Amino acid sequence: MRLEYFQMIDRFVELKPDERKIKALCKVPMESPVFEGHFPGFPLMPGVLLIECMAQTTGWLVSVITGFVGLPLLVGVKEAKIKGIVSPGAELTFDGAIIHEGSGYAIAEAKGYSNGKPVCEARLTFSLTPYPNEEFRKIMIEMGHKVGISVEEYSK
Amino acid sequence: MSSTFDTVANIIAETCDIPRDTITPDSHAIDDLGIDSLDFLDIAFAIDKAFGIKLPLEQWTQEVNEGKATTEEYFVLKNLCARIDGLVAAKNA
Repeated sequence: MRLEYFQMIDRFVELKPDERKIKALCKVPMESPVFEGHFPGFPLMPGVLLIECMAQTTGWLVSVITGFVGLPLLVGVKEAKIKGIVSPGAELTFDGAIIHEGSGYAIAEAKGYSNGKPVCEARLTFSLTPYPNEEFRKIMIEMGHKVGISVEEYSK
Repeated sequence: MSSTFDTVANIIAETCDIPRDTITPDSHAIDDLGIDSLDFLDIAFAIDKAFGIKLPLEQWTQEVNEGKATTEEYFVLKNLCARIDGLVAAKNA
């Protein structure tokens, strides 16, 4: 994870498009500029970044299921809960599932665990928007390789 | 038609916290009820689930943007319900 660059996912360890499920691993860094402010002398992973982790986990799944035809933009967060403290060095896992694929949008649910203990959950709504240009698709392919998803394999 | 309208009106009332008795078949979801595009995604999700269909929102949006259709054709509730009935009939055919 590089929190300051919003690089939340280290890698995906499960991807089951047929079951519409995905699992991500993320290790919270020991140091980050984020912790300098949140909070001085008491570093905690911000709850909004846990929501971002859930959004990125399920966002990749939306992209896989829809064939990488566009970027899933997070447009809604419902029933979000932050259930526990996440400290530097924690090993996080995120389970994501698509519960509905609509026309141009998708609804997902995600849960996060820190060292196996539940720490967050939310229902997330995504709206698909076309990639701004072909260059962006190449960036997506590079990002996919880094986290263990072959964009080419799932592209329509 | 009436049962479809009742289901849709109840969904809108619950999703958007709009008094049920202000929702009529002639209500325009956007102009009269003030539903925005994000709220409409929640409504579409509930309609998709309730009727086992997939509202073609992308197609409708494209047709409106290209001037091939008016918003009234899709977002006045009696018209929306007629389209839902059509999608349900097509699914069951």
